[in-house]
Amino acid sequence: MTISIPPTSQQSTESLQPKGWLRYFSFSLDHKVIGLQYLVCGFIFYLIGGALASAIRVELTSPISDFMARDVYNQVLTLHGTIMIFLWIVPVVNGAFGNYLIPFYVGARDMAFPRLNAVAFWLIPPAGLLLISSYFITGAAQSGWTAYPPLSITTAEAGQIIWILSVLLLGGSSIFGGINFIATILKLRRPGLKLMQLPMYCWAMLGTSVLVVLSTPVLAGTLVLLSFDIVAHTGFFNPVLGGNVIVYQHLFWFYSHPAVYIMVLPAFGLVSEILPVHCRKPLFGYPTMVYSIMAIVVLGLVVWAHHMFTSGTPPWMRLFFTIATAFIAVPTGIKFFNWVATLWGGRISLNSAILFSCGFIVNFVLGGITGVALAQVPFDVHVHDTYFVVAHFHYIVYGGSVFVIFASIYHWYPKFTGRMLDENLGRFHFLITFIGFNLCFAPQHWLGLNGMPRRVAEYDPQFTFINQLSSVGALLMAVSTLPFLWNVFHSAFKGRIAGDNPWEALTPEWLTSSPPPIENWVGEAPLVSEPYGYGMRKIKQKVDPTEEDLGGNSK
Amino acid sequence: MTTLASKEETSKEEVAHDSHHPDYRMFGLAAFLIADGMTFAGFFAAYLTYKAVNPLLPDAIYELELPLPTLNTILLLVSSATFHRAGTALKKDDSKKCQRWLLITASLGLAFLASQMFEYFTLPFGLTDNLYASTFYALTGFHGLHVTLGAIMIFIVWWQARSPDGRVTSKNQFPLEAAELYWHFVDGIWVILFIILYLL
Repeated sequence: MTISIPPTSQQSTESLQPKGWLRYFSFSLDHKVIGLQYLVCGFIFYLIGGALASAIRVELTSPISDFMARDVYNQVLTLHGTIMIFLWIVPVVNGAFGNYLIPFYVGARDMAFPRLNAVAFWLIPPAGLLLISSYFITGAAQSGWTAYPPLSITTAEAGQIIWILSVLLLGGSSIFGGINFIATILKLRRPGLKLMQLPMYCWAMLGTSVLVVLSTPVLAGTLVLLSFDIVAHTGFFNPVLGGNVIVYQHLFWFYSHPAVYIMVLPAFGLVSEILPVHCRKPLFGYPTMVYSIMAIVVLGLVVWAHHMFTSGTPPWMRLFFTIATAFIAVPTGIKFFNWVATLWGGRISLNSAILFSCGFIVNFVLGGITGVALAQVPFDVHVHDTYFVVAHFHYIVYGGSVFVIFASIYHWYPKFTGRMLDENLGRFHFLITFIGFNLCFAPQHWLGLNGMPRRVAEYDPQFTFINQLSSVGALLMAVSTLPFLWNVFHSAFKGRIAGDNPWEALTPEWLTSSPPPIENWVGEAPLVSEPYGYGMRKIKQKVDPTEEDLGGNSK
Repeated sequence: MTTLASKEETSKEEVAHDSHHPDYRMFGLAAFLIADGMTFAGFFAAYLTYKAVNPLLPDAIYELELPLPTLNTILLLVSSATFHRAGTALKKDDSKKCQRWLLITASLGLAFLASQMFEYFTLPFGLTDNLYASTFYALTGFHGLHVTLGAIMIFIVWWQARSPDGRVTSKNQFPLEAAELYWHFVDGIWVILFIILYLL
């Protein structure tokens, strides 16, 4: 991997740090290295979490708990949820792509605080290992990723404490990352680059980082109180000692509802980057996209109690949170229609990146519709804690975020490695992922509506067939990872050489070599005032000759 | 040898990447303090909710007295003022005066901690006695942790201002400014805590 270093800064960047692949295992300060560290580390955890998900679906092929003991099932369920959220989606949509792309987008050579950035990443592998090791040492936590007391106080104390420690570390990493992104986007912009000229992913990351900084600390404080309840036997959330479990739920969801936006807003941003490039049209409605992100950030902070409609919330609270939640559909709908309008009439090349992006749009609309349905109290009371919620949630975080992560990998792989991925394998990967995903989760709506409770290893035998259908879908999803992994490894060595800008994109990260030099650009950073100016030049070229023709006629 | 090389490299890269832009560390610290403040906000919200919906159990003891915490409030507010004096002295390049004010600030902080410990030992309830006792110790303890860290920071800044190679001077005020902002933040949190916990 050769890196061209601009002659002016040769002395300052002459590197004694490990070169080549070794630097990906070092405490590197380069945002591009850190971004890929996040991505690969996250993907390893995705494989682990996916294996756990497969184990869950294998268990659920039969109504009795025969594949796993009940308490093992609870542990596997908890680990699956925690790993997928805190170690895969949050670090990858924020940390991986954020670190790699944001400095390019603002025209900087690195993040605002490179060392803090490296610290934020290196908190993640130990936290993940700590979490997984708890299964082998003491038995992992059994209370799900929500860790609701009194369940979390009464089951698997040691495992729960390790879970809390691990989530605190990951939360710290997330906050450090958020501070870094805010400082980079607001302060590190290249002179002459206005806020409203930034690529959409910057806005998404700005909004996400605000959510991270405002809500993650509340979760951290809550988990500290929960650990007091477990270790010191205080009674914050223990009704026996006069405490209040509802307070935990409020504080928990004050973080964990915004956490859904922390997982999905960056995905919105990434899709907004990918679509215009591959359909050769400007992003439709840029200002409305920005305002709807900001609206989602503000509304996202005041809707948390819609998770608690069956927790004895008073009527006024139900009313307020129902209305606030329904309002979120407005900015989200605006974004959806803007993406569709971006595609409309474009010259769409049906490659893997755009297939996954379109898959995202379809899945996300389905998940969004069930989301609005769940916000309505009468409906929510009926399906609360059933598989309907599981289906809705996975349509958002898998059908939404994970599809976008795959789309982004197909889109930016040439930038990361300088080589192209195999498009046919990519399309095949999309096809089985899309079919497998919908086969796995669409039937779960039906299960939930008919009252199958979630998080339980056993169920009523009448649900057997639908559960087996769902498990076949899960199997397809698991299998779909194989062509992807083969594609990524094979293409890294044998893939077609990409050139600097294989997609002919206009955003700043493509206006340098692939992979980029350590200082991001040779010489000054380019000023990109129209990151989505596709097709505009062509219109001008068409207009000019006709004017000349007219002039010729008049002569 | 390798560590030495990598250390050297780190400092070189530092030059390469940080020298491109001005210093945004204060901005980063402010963002961090907002996050830190949100932790306290969560605790306050929990306490106020308990107060609204969870009555004190009949046999539980939870009484607070005002004189000592009022003295604590005054100690912290004065220490904020003395820290400000240290900052002004540094701006006028009067390192000796700055060090003196720093020491006074740190002693006020330590006096606060001592007074807080004294209060802890004289209170008629312990951490696990009841919900309100637990919340009281969690909140004041978390704040006390902040004061302790702040006092350590002040001593570090004092040490740096004292050292002859001049790491804290009128040309490099960042360590002092950062510690000062943090200290004001901790004081502000105390005022809110005092109102919510003792006065309400």
